[in-house]
Amino acid sequence: MKENTTILRVENLHVFYGGIHALKGISLEVQAGKIVALIGANGAGKSTALRTISGLVRPREGMVRFLDQDITGEASHRVVELGVVMVPEGRKIFPNLTVMENLFLGGYTRRDLEGIKKDLEWIFTLFPRLQERTWQKGGTLSGGEQQMLAVARALMSRPRLLMMDEPSLGLAPLLVREIFHIIEALNQQGVTILLIEQNAKAALEVAHYGYVLETGKIALQGEGKQLLSDERVRKAYLGED
Amino acid sequence: MFTRETRELLFTFVLFVLLMVGVWLAQRYLNAYLVRIFNTACIYVIAAVAYNLVNGITGQFSLGPNGFMAIGGYTVALLMLPVVQKQEVYFLQPLIWPFNSFSFPPALFIFALLLGGLLAAGGAILIGFPTLRLRGDYLAIATFGFGEIIIVLANNLIPLTNGALGIKGIPEYTNLWWTVNWAFWTVFLVKNLVNSSFGRALKAIREDEVAAEAMGINLFRHKLLAFALSAFFAGVAGGLFVTLISTISPTLFTFSMTFNLLIIIVLGGLGSITGSTITAVLFAFLQELLREVEAPHVIGSWTFPGIPGMRMVVFSAILVILMIFYRRGLFGRQELSWQHVSRILWWGKRAHGGQS
Repeated sequence: MKENTTILRVENLHVFYGGIHALKGISLEVQAGKIVALIGANGAGKSTALRTISGLVRPREGMVRFLDQDITGEASHRVVELGVVMVPEGRKIFPNLTVMENLFLGGYTRRDLEGIKKDLEWIFTLFPRLQERTWQKGGTLSGGEQQMLAVARALMSRPRLLMMDEPSLGLAPLLVREIFHIIEALNQQGVTILLIEQNAKAALEVAHYGYVLETGKIALQGEGKQLLSDERVRKAYLGED
Repeated sequence: MFTRETRELLFTFVLFVLLMVGVWLAQRYLNAYLVRIFNTACIYVIAAVAYNLVNGITGQFSLGPNGFMAIGGYTVALLMLPVVQKQEVYFLQPLIWPFNSFSFPPALFIFALLLGGLLAAGGAILIGFPTLRLRGDYLAIATFGFGEIIIVLANNLIPLTNGALGIKGIPEYTNLWWTVNWAFWTVFLVKNLVNSSFGRALKAIREDEVAAEAMGINLFRHKLLAFALSAFFAGVAGGLFVTLISTISPTLFTFSMTFNLLIIIVLGGLGSITGSTITAVLFAFLQELLREVEAPHVIGSWTFPGIPGMRMVVFSAILVILMIFYRRGLFGRQELSWQHVSRILWWGKRAHGGQS
């Protein structure tokens, strides 16, 4: 895919949960081959944005375009088939299924057995730990391994856009660093990533471009490094005066 | 020497041959009472394994198998009952056209069973269509209601079902050949289905619906398919049952039938086909053995009158005890696969078996 082509375009998205106006007209873009971060505090609407893009929530207004298709309000299994795949918040691996079954489920929308086998090998070079545990039940893995399994499972569908919801949630600092290394490594292999994080520093360090979400609105946007040095971001999210 | 798949297929084939030899021997040497229990056991196996596909594998709580069995039972009864017998049985109100004018010859028994299953599956789609889109306990409530509606209809659609009097004199086509074959092929099919990618998707739905959806699994379609398939086998089981005991009435398929099946699948382990199969057979035999507790007893100078229904009290007690001490049932979610069997027999030294 060409550099700098926009693959995901969200325009003026409004989402309501009952009477609560969760997203108040956000617009964002993701370019092919980039890491885009969406940061913000609890309840800013980050997860809602992701859930809306992946078809789990219907927007009241606005549009989501992926490549050249309008996917606004499309059923989530259709969105996955198009190549927009989410690593859900809190990992949500299948605890009573083996690691292998989890991975196969990741490739559920695919029918090319050869390609699936090849991708399995690729994933095991990325996550050698998972290969040691193929027959173990997902629920018996450690938190970090579960997060890796969740990422690996999403990769099995060969996503054109990988959306990650709080990948660092509940992980020890060392593991957080490892996860972000993996995110960078994946991106270098050509995976486009939309990243949602509360850990603003870690996210903006790896992101090419970032959006800051505040109470349902985009408050700021800019290149990752640029946002990191922005005074308002430093104050609000990095705890600096 | 063989790949694992061919070896397992071979094992399955050998098991099938052994079962058929067993049936032949049983038909020749066992008394009618034991044969009857084996027949009932096989019918329970069909219904329980099918029920487990929805409740245990897909994780959707259905309470409807009695309704689906009733649909299958009435369908088969109406199709197989000879015309002369129909005129005799329906003396309150005559049977409506077209059922009063024809009946299937014995050779078409299999088609009657299939039709019974298909109609039951149709009922499942009817009830599943509005309810399986929702998450939570709606399915349990809706299927419970559906079962009750079927019973009410059976009681009141007198020109079709002969109401509370039921239908008598249904030809007894069901024998061990039928029941063992249906049970075998049901287990075979459901087992292979569960191990397929479709089955993996069903298990994913049970584990976590949101994550399953994020994998691109169409929740509604998968649930509906599993539900319809389960109802199909329940319908067949109902059809086999009425041609075994030669009669059908609304009381045959009340909610207590669902309750029996629920006991079986919970005791065996929700999600374990092996568990459902084994406990279904055990249940059929226990039901007979426990007749003892319902019979009157004389101890010394005391005479205890028999208490009908005492068996269900015993079953309920077993269930409560099991839920306290062994919550996952006899098998949990484990299966007895050929890999396990061969490992037990020291044939295979495969390090990783995995559940299958």
